[in-house]
Amino acid sequence: MYESRTKRLNVAAVALLGFFLWWAQGNLDGYKIQILNLVAINIILALSLNLIYGFTGLFSLGHAGFMAIGAYVSSLLILPAAQKEMIFLLEPLVWPLSVLQAPFFVAVLAGGVAAALFGLLISLPVLRLGGDYLGIATLGFAEIVRVVANNLSGITNGALGLKGIPNHANIWWNYGWCLFTLYFIARLVNSNFGNVLKAIRDDETAARAMGIDVLRCKVVSFSIGAFFAGVGGALMASLLTTIDPKMFLFLLTFNVLMIVVAGGLGSLSGTVIAGVVITVLLEWLRFVENPVTIGSFHIPGIPGMRMVIFSMALLFIILFRREGIMGMREITWNGIIGVCRRKGEKDRD
Amino acid sequence: MSVEMFIQHFLNALTLGSLYGLIAIGYTMVYGILRLINFAHGDIFMLGAYFVFWGGALFRLPWFLSVVVAILFTALCGITVDRVAYRPLREAPRISALISSIGVSFFIQNLSIVTFTAIPRAVHVPQWLGQVHLIGKVRLLPLAIVVPIVSLLLTSGLLWVVYRTKPGLAMRAISKDIETTRLMGVPVNRIIAITFGLGSALAAASGIMWALRYPQIHPFMGVIPGFKAFIAAVLGGIGSIQGAVLGGLLLGFIEIMIIAFFPGLSGYRDAFAFVLLIVILLIRPSGLMGEKLEEKV
Repeated sequence: MYESRTKRLNVAAVALLGFFLWWAQGNLDGYKIQILNLVAINIILALSLNLIYGFTGLFSLGHAGFMAIGAYVSSLLILPAAQKEMIFLLEPLVWPLSVLQAPFFVAVLAGGVAAALFGLLISLPVLRLGGDYLGIATLGFAEIVRVVANNLSGITNGALGLKGIPNHANIWWNYGWCLFTLYFIARLVNSNFGNVLKAIRDDETAARAMGIDVLRCKVVSFSIGAFFAGVGGALMASLLTTIDPKMFLFLLTFNVLMIVVAGGLGSLSGTVIAGVVITVLLEWLRFVENPVTIGSFHIPGIPGMRMVIFSMALLFIILFRREGIMGMREITWNGIIGVCRRKGEKDRD
Repeated sequence: MSVEMFIQHFLNALTLGSLYGLIAIGYTMVYGILRLINFAHGDIFMLGAYFVFWGGALFRLPWFLSVVVAILFTALCGITVDRVAYRPLREAPRISALISSIGVSFFIQNLSIVTFTAIPRAVHVPQWLGQVHLIGKVRLLPLAIVVPIVSLLLTSGLLWVVYRTKPGLAMRAISKDIETTRLMGVPVNRIIAITFGLGSALAAASGIMWALRYPQIHPFMGVIPGFKAFIAAVLGGIGSIQGAVLGGLLLGFIEIMIIAFFPGLSGYRDAFAFVLLIVILLIRPSGLMGEKLEEKV
């Protein structure tokens, strides 16, 4: 009975979200819609990092690399041939890519699969490392991807990047992928395989002693995380319509890591909440960098202030509330109903 | 390649390698003691360069005085970072302190943009350091001689501190076993602060010489040298000071010589170090001179 109630409430929540998005599309201006889109993409990225780091305990700093791979692959598949000819000034695009075309959904999927393949490829050597060394090695991977993207002009157009990418990533695609990611990862971490991942996170030696093939499970988790990071990168490329290697600096990984840490490692609902809050705050804080005129007072903008505030926020969280907003807890329907019922009883008394 | 060209590249590699080595010492000392990759170390290096710039440009200090003041201020910054961002996390899981150091790194970079602005600045190079001498066909910059010598002197001084003084003895003891050292009555936190101070002072020295050799400074100048110096520390064997210097020199030579012999690869310059890192972690994670580190159960 509980299960069917949960299912019904889930459907109702999705319907409510759909209604909200439909309303937003008709009533909000382009800038607010853009922020809503970024919220969805950031949640996808943070959920995938939470799977890798929060649930499996693999400290990975390679998200920008996977995003870059997803973004380049899917953009090359959706760019019209004429546009490709126009933007590849330094060197023409190599043959099969110059004529290859795919619908948007297939292109995003291909971006995710490409990222997952790279994840698989580097995970086999790199995942033998533990803790902080893994972080540095994956960071190194992301930097290598960026440097290669900067130099491989025949495929990535070098430092010029890709411009005029068709803007297919509307609110429905982004939230569709976001819901799918949430559903997939929630099912995954609540399955038996999810328990295995948590066992590896909590005590690798004990997990191995129980007969778990630790390396294989880590590789699977890492590749799934890489897949969704690639999907997020692909959606972001289509949303922003232009990408270049400079976009995929370590800063991008930092933002995603910030969301995961703020939401709580190993909490999906925490990641969703932090994804919304941090994305909105990051945009809203732009006002400190823009000049403001109040009456006759003119306050010049302070470039860099936004990230000062954000890095300070990360420091505060890690120093004073290390478990983040949610810790490892989740918001569930049963939990909400339980709280409401208790409150109701109290009111009656 | 002519002999003159080779000597030219050799001198460049020696300079670059010594600078990497000096930064790498800071990484290796902190990792040896706290098992923490101090992400903010590259930014401490950047602060050293900026302090000497402001000392000269703003306060009109004579150059040697501004060097001393810059090194002292940078050491103070390193100690402050430890006190504020790392000390409260001593008992926390190791990755927490690592995330904290990433936060500090971004904080310092962006605070520098706010206070120093992102405009690249040119550092004043004293005449006797910047004058190019032609010896045969080799263009000799006095810095190419001064940098390795200063680095050698600083490293010898540090080795003397670590192996011949009481705080040095305490540092080595902490790197073996922090709890037992604490029980022996060693003021652990003070020794760690001294370690951060020394590492940051060396990073400042490196940053100052970097600013003289490649005379343009900006708030992100520390990021790439920081990563590379960390790789140098891993290459040499993390926890070993001699290893860090050796790793720095090796990395400097690898970078300069690959580009010298294969100019087509120059665009990939920043990737060499990371490829090297992944390779070294796979075949010899303990580095050239490091002790074997084992995960404790």
